[in-house]
Amino acid sequence: MNSLFPSIVSRSQSSGLMNFFVPIISIVLTLITGSIIFILLGFDPVYALYTFFISPISSTYGISELFVKATPLALIAIGLSYCFKNNIYNIGAEGQLTMGAIFGGGIGILFHDTNAFWLLPLMIFAGAIGGALWGLIPAILKTKFNTNEILTSLMLVYVALFILDYLVVGPWKDPFGYSFPKSRPFSESGRMPLLFDGLRVHFGLIITLFLIFVSWFIFSKTIFGFQLKVSGYSPKAARYAGFNQTTLVFFAFAICGAFAGIAGLAEVSGPIGLLYRDISPNYGFTAIIVAFLGRLHPIGIIFASLVIALTYLGAEDAQLFLQIPSAVGFIFQGLVLFYLLGAELLINYKLTYKKLL
Amino acid sequence: MSDTILNIENITKSFPRVVANKKVTFDIKKNAVHAILGENGAGKSTLVKILYGLLEPDEGNIKLNNKDFKVNSPAEARKQGIGMVFQHFSLFDSLSVKENLILGIDEKMSYSDLEDKLENISSRYNLPLDLDAPITALSAGEKQRVEIVRILLQDPQILIMDEPTSVLTPQEVESLFVTLNALVKEGRTILYITHKLEEVISICDTVTIMRSGEIIDTSSTSNQTAKTLATNMLGQKLDDLKTNYGHIKDEVNFEVKNISCDFNDPFLTDLKNISFQVRVGEIYGIAGVAGNGQSELMDILTGENINIKSGSITFDSKKIEKYGPQKRRDLSISFVPENRLGHSAVPELSLSENILLSQFPKNNFIKNGIILKNNVDDFANNVINEFNVITPGNDAKASSLSGGNLQKYVIGREISSKPKILIISHPTWGIDAGAEHSIRESLIELSQNGTSIIVISQDLDELIEITHKISVIYDGKLSKPFRTNEVEIEKLGLLMGGKNE
Repeated sequence: MNSLFPSIVSRSQSSGLMNFFVPIISIVLTLITGSIIFILLGFDPVYALYTFFISPISSTYGISELFVKATPLALIAIGLSYCFKNNIYNIGAEGQLTMGAIFGGGIGILFHDTNAFWLLPLMIFAGAIGGALWGLIPAILKTKFNTNEILTSLMLVYVALFILDYLVVGPWKDPFGYSFPKSRPFSESGRMPLLFDGLRVHFGLIITLFLIFVSWFIFSKTIFGFQLKVSGYSPKAARYAGFNQTTLVFFAFAICGAFAGIAGLAEVSGPIGLLYRDISPNYGFTAIIVAFLGRLHPIGIIFASLVIALTYLGAEDAQLFLQIPSAVGFIFQGLVLFYLLGAELLINYKLTYKKLL
Repeated sequence: MSDTILNIENITKSFPRVVANKKVTFDIKKNAVHAILGENGAGKSTLVKILYGLLEPDEGNIKLNNKDFKVNSPAEARKQGIGMVFQHFSLFDSLSVKENLILGIDEKMSYSDLEDKLENISSRYNLPLDLDAPITALSAGEKQRVEIVRILLQDPQILIMDEPTSVLTPQEVESLFVTLNALVKEGRTILYITHKLEEVISICDTVTIMRSGEIIDTSSTSNQTAKTLATNMLGQKLDDLKTNYGHIKDEVNFEVKNISCDFNDPFLTDLKNISFQVRVGEIYGIAGVAGNGQSELMDILTGENINIKSGSITFDSKKIEKYGPQKRRDLSISFVPENRLGHSAVPELSLSENILLSQFPKNNFIKNGIILKNNVDDFANNVINEFNVITPGNDAKASSLSGGNLQKYVIGREISSKPKILIISHPTWGIDAGAEHSIRESLIELSQNGTSIIVISQDLDELIEITHKISVIYDGKLSKPFRTNEVEIEKLGLLMGGKNE
């Protein structure tokens, strides 16, 4: 007789092929589960899935929107992979994004009536610095006081959001804004150039692709990328090799923060054009799913960011055409993560039923 | 009076590549402290794990009170009257003593019943406990008391203690012995697993000596001395030595002087005043039973731990005790720690990538921060060919290699850079005989070409085969060195068991 509940046993060897298929399997299972949810809600699943996943990108405008959403997701996710490869669980990218928007946007507000070529580069630089500084706080706490970076980086998200809140209702409020909680608009030269007339996709996409390429180079060709990887796989081996793990933690957090900060700045100087309360629909958190769905690999992250960006667009269309709350988008994101983690577990472990006597 | 409680008959248990128990047969008498003595890897742990339901034997029977005894889990073993106190505690640090005890009980029991029972056990067996104290606040000895009380709540007939004194202070050891005596007086039986000769003689009635998975002898401790126990534990070691001293230069190039280090951790051994010298071309062996400070010493020799309390390390007349691993490699010092998977190699990375863990100045692996992949691959291929590493290629993951092949690869990586000194821990631990032989050969050859070598190992045969000088580490103290071709095995055995004359 076998026991009722299986026990989890480590596999001696995990399959490399399955490793590659994990993201695809997760997406397929998500679609199946999604269909079941739609059926239970009383919708025709084919029509619902079409509304959710196909109709949003059946126009040029829709595809442009897909890239608008995918840009911050991919940029933050590639930044997060510096941390995750090093086994650092920075989940505070949303806060680093917000700080980047504050620093870069602050420059934009300061020079709101200046039109000069240097303004946007300066804002991008300030955004990177803001994000990096915010990312360094959990790095210092972790290396000096051994605090858990999951908690500190998460808590700092709310601190950053409150700072932004304070600024846009207080000192940075638009004097001509009828008391709305928003800042002055940035000047024209403080805005991300649009790539195509009439579409919202902007120069941030180019920056993102460039930084993804740079990261690919760092991960695969440099000793720094190698050190991050070793220290993530085995801190003991990194110590044996003589790699300075404190420095690695600092760099990982600073780079991740800088990338998230640039993403934040790109949002406010791109589609938004000023600072206000809700600059990000949780891009910083969703990017965690993107990073893992993309297996922390630059190419994987590009595809994953498109898939997850689609859930944002799909949720909007579902609200419009099916009258379902847009939170269904988060359900899909959650399902992807759930199946991803589950499949990951089953790659390395198997379920066995113990024999009872 | 003293009839048998447990008959162990022909127990055999094999693992891949090693037979841990070979037809183990002996009886344990009721109402006594029965010791199982042996070196690391002698098969003691396997045997008690079988008794406690953690492992299933391949063959053989066990009888408890003349009835067949077969258990599949520790819970069943406890039900049948066998309890075990492990070397490493399994307590919830943030919970109180009482809460931990409640969690450990298999059957239902009311709070007041439990308190009465605890009161009784505490006073009867000299096990005072503060029930409301959190586990974190307790010393190692107090934690062990909690473990013992937890087992006693189930009223076991047989209590297995695995190396119980390894984490205790001398005072705590005294008090543990009082408890054990009280338990035996009541008619219980203690199975005492140890490698410490002195303890066997002072508190055990009977001793079973194991070596390489086999029973060497079971007899009353009154017939034994520390010397006879040591000889039986270690066996007859090779004495026709081919060690060649001719090439050693009379020039010390590595000197450790009065190194002391405190860890404030019951599971680490403090190092006490360690000194030794290694001459050019000499192989210096450090023997000892596991857990006597070897890994702590290794970390200090490699520079992975530079927080020493006092003392110095001198290499080629430079003080290097504050140097990290890379700075030491820059001076041509090379090291191979004990653990291959996750320390000297990263299992998830390819063989080529694993080369980069250990870089010496003359390796041309990196330029301006960029990895020169061709040079690394060439180096990896060279190691693979020269040291007969069996693998599909340099892009194979380290985890895909057998233990012996990976060890050959790691040692090959270190030797290929022709270091001035190689510091190596347990070079042939857990690998097959073929790889073992080839590794020992390459170490001997390396020393003949002028490299000094320090070998830390629990395998006394190995040290006697390859070293020129040998000393013993026990409880964080290093004995004086002996010339390997002159030392008596018995002498080393006594030192390993903590008996200094």
